[in-house]
Amino acid sequence: MTLTPGGTTHRRTLRWQTARVLTVRDETPRARTFRLALPEPRLHLAGQHYVLRLTAPDGYTASRSYSVASAPDGTGEIELTVERLDGGEVSEFLHDVVQPGDELEVRGPIGGFFVWPGDTPALLVGGGSGVVPLMAMLRQARASGHPDLLRLVVSARSPGELYYADELPGPETVVVYTRQAPPGAGRTAGRIAVADVAPLVRGGEDVYVCGSPGFADAATAVLLEAGVPVHRIRVERFGPSG
Amino acid sequence: MAGITRGFLGRRGERDPRLPPGQYDARDQWPVLHAEATPRISTDTWTFTVEGLVEHEVSWTWDEIHALPRARYDGAIHCVTTWSKFDMTFDGVSVDTLLEAARPLPSTTHVMAVSHTGYTTNLPLADVTDGKAWVVWDADGAPLTVEHGGPARLLVPHLYFWKSAKWVSGLRLVDHDEPGFWERNGYHDRGDPWAEQRYQGD
Repeated sequence: MTLTPGGTTHRRTLRWQTARVLTVRDETPRARTFRLALPEPRLHLAGQHYVLRLTAPDGYTASRSYSVASAPDGTGEIELTVERLDGGEVSEFLHDVVQPGDELEVRGPIGGFFVWPGDTPALLVGGGSGVVPLMAMLRQARASGHPDLLRLVVSARSPGELYYADELPGPETVVVYTRQAPPGAGRTAGRIAVADVAPLVRGGEDVYVCGSPGFADAATAVLLEAGVPVHRIRVERFGPSG
Repeated sequence: MAGITRGFLGRRGERDPRLPPGQYDARDQWPVLHAEATPRISTDTWTFTVEGLVEHEVSWTWDEIHALPRARYDGAIHCVTTWSKFDMTFDGVSVDTLLEAARPLPSTTHVMAVSHTGYTTNLPLADVTDGKAWVVWDADGAPLTVEHGGPARLLVPHLYFWKSAKWVSGLRLVDHDEPGFWERNGYHDRGDPWAEQRYQGD
């Protein structure tokens, strides 16, 4: 396989800046979206992430990476969706303490590999919180009037755990429930399977897989079985870093 | 310097002095991160090659590399995504042993580690010599699993772990520094965790 970077991260983007929290919104009981205003905005590519750093009065710091959920839109604002992890030093703080008006240090956007350029056909496969960077891609495609460039498959455990539930459904998206499907769903609950992705493979597109390591490997196996060449698959694995 | 985050007090209690700045102890977790599909590499066809600025290009098969003198690393590993893991044991062969067989030319200043997947990462020669780097196939006494880079990975534990290329297939010796995969994507060329060299410019 070849690993070709889609772009480079500009040195200037890596300076820390102090963002202001504009709004806080719950996506699910365990996922919350923070909309931040950036004093030094820089247009991101869908799929890129920011590093967020917390600093204690004694100088102790903790930082974590979070994918941008919003489309690049020139507003100077970004949205980060953060899953609450048990014992997660940063995610628990963000969920329990942070409110509009707070200031948070961030740097980015970062990442040149798991990015969608915005004008090429792509198949997106996300599990759980792995939908976040894919949502940035979907939002960009819809906002630019070219939603047909994308196909998105999202795996969620149950309807209550689906991120962006009001916004995500559409002719270009499919939701797969693994534990509990809603009444009337055309599919019983179960892990993502070849039958879920095969109808969406058009041939020649790039494929973006994002989720836990277990999901990423399962989804990759399914995609290969559906005939996607391995070199077209880009994977972003979310570790248990909290 | 950093502004204080309202309401953030950080971890209670003593901080482990073995933790580099900005890192936390992953304890019994060993997180998995890589950008490509996890490959399946058979040890029947596996090879490791030292090439580039050497007197003799040398390749080893799986059996041949196992016939070399064994070497062990006991200690910590540090990932740029902020986890560290202590008291790990890795078994394999020292990179010194591999370089001795190929005899680097005096003009060599850097190495590019390459993987069976096409992944690359750049390192100064001095960071992979004198007992600082290994090619390993066992972790904590068991064969290295594929998600952790098995059958064999590079191990350069004094640098952030993306330098320890999974599924390593060889070292290319060169006379200049050129960025590898993550380095082209904004990560630091050296990656010293004690200096917090996470991104370019740190």
